[in-house]
Amino acid sequence: MYDPTVARLTYRALLGRRRALILGALPMLLIAISVVVRGLAGADDQTAADLLGGLALATMVPIIGVIAGTGAIGPEIDDGSVVYLLSKPVKRPTIILTKLIVAIAVTMVFSALPTLVAGFILNGNGQQIAVAYTVAALVASIAYAALFLLLGTVSRHAVVFGLVYALVWEALFGSLVPGARTLSVQQWSLAVAHKVTGGDLVTSDVSLTTGTVLLVVVTVLATWYAGQKLRSLTLAGEE
Amino acid sequence: MTTLSIDHVSRWFGNVVAVNDITMTIGPGVTGLLGPNGAGKSTLINMMGGFLAPSTGTVTLDGQPTWRNEAIYKHIGIVPEREAMYDFLTGREFVVANAELHGLGARAAQKALATVEMEDAQDRKISTYSKGMRQRVKMASALVHEPSLLLLDEPFNGMDPRQRMQLMELLRRMGDEGRTVLFSSHILEEVEQLAWHIEVVVAGRHAASGDFRKIRRLMTDRPHRYLVRSSDDRALAAALIADPSTSGIEVDLAEGALRIQAVDFGRFTTLLPRVARDHGIRLLTVSPSDESLESVFSYLVAA
Repeated sequence: MYDPTVARLTYRALLGRRRALILGALPMLLIAISVVVRGLAGADDQTAADLLGGLALATMVPIIGVIAGTGAIGPEIDDGSVVYLLSKPVKRPTIILTKLIVAIAVTMVFSALPTLVAGFILNGNGQQIAVAYTVAALVASIAYAALFLLLGTVSRHAVVFGLVYALVWEALFGSLVPGARTLSVQQWSLAVAHKVTGGDLVTSDVSLTTGTVLLVVVTVLATWYAGQKLRSLTLAGEE
Repeated sequence: MTTLSIDHVSRWFGNVVAVNDITMTIGPGVTGLLGPNGAGKSTLINMMGGFLAPSTGTVTLDGQPTWRNEAIYKHIGIVPEREAMYDFLTGREFVVANAELHGLGARAAQKALATVEMEDAQDRKISTYSKGMRQRVKMASALVHEPSLLLLDEPFNGMDPRQRMQLMELLRRMGDEGRTVLFSSHILEEVEQLAWHIEVVVAGRHAASGDFRKIRRLMTDRPHRYLVRSSDDRALAAALIADPSTSGIEVDLAEGALRIQAVDFGRFTTLLPRVARDHGIRLLTVSPSDESLESVFSYLVAA
């Protein structure tokens, strides 16, 4: 269910110079802001939680997820080079699963790792805040990668839709509209993070059970459906 | 023996019918799929290669459907028309990746690169390749697993004459080895030079099928129309109509020219300059008025 060649091609496409630059910019920004905040305000648990929750988990993780998830397959489908993968005796679900694993790994490295670093800078992992948000980022990386990989297989405008979802739904509605919060990868992963800290600095609108179940369901369904889409992907002629 | 069967296949996109009830069988040897641009050749090749579902009908390779059947690619090699490849790889990395996806290794890749004579440039990035080099690397990627069926969509596009000749030689060799090779083209001469067998598609329909000589004769035996201007149109007309190769001449006063219909193409083309010289007439314009490929094809459809 994992093809090393597909993985290698996907990594190289994802970590090409321009895309790697975009992937690297947000984490650098987060760490820079953390350094400044720590320097100006000193170590403060609430500030750390606000910054990691508001900037890292609500904004950076989904955006990195969009870039990695859609980038793992979208450009290949757009320019037609996916034909070189599809014209091989390799099962479509294997292609999708491999690309998902790559997208998850890239999202984790570029979002969870900087979250941990930022957390340690902000308050030295006081009250387990850094670890909690890192766990949330790790968990969210999986679901985002799966969702946006699916988006990359179904739409030519995957990046736009992905960013709209990430910024409008997750960051804006997710923070303002209570109903939207229960249908948000961010909240589900916060439920997991809450379990890690045990304290009140990290809270979620959904229970751990609901969050976990929804995370698993969304990831599995999105991956399965992406495999189906790829099986019947049509490469129309240029005529 | 690998036989590709297209059985009553149609494909439409919304209201547009791209391929209309085509039935053909492609066997070993080199087959040319000939037709003007937009005739449905790519649509047909995409269906043959399993990248597009027929709206009706079936496409099978030795009885196995090509659509939604990954296992079929053990036997099929595909050279797409599209330019896009993994430009960030070198030619060698690209072909090795293609070999690995077939469960093969670097040795198969190297052999394929040697076959297309790309060893010298194999370590350069694909993004630096010329169109002909890209085409050859695409070819190598399609050959790594020595497929019994090779599908090529407009493979000669953008190639210079030498590269064209090399590729033709390669395809001919593959055909001689008993592989089934199908390539599409909108250029008659390409098809004629290479294919043993021709399938003609015009406006989504199967217009002709068979030996290229037969089809060539159909094409050359049709009435040819010429527009001719000379120093003395009427004298030229009188001299030409006496020969059986000419079936009709109209003096077009508005154009100030002759419209000549010739039935024997070969004879007429040698007759015209001779007659002009013998009568001391200067030829000012000689232009075939219906030589466009479309008119050749539409004649074939009617035949």
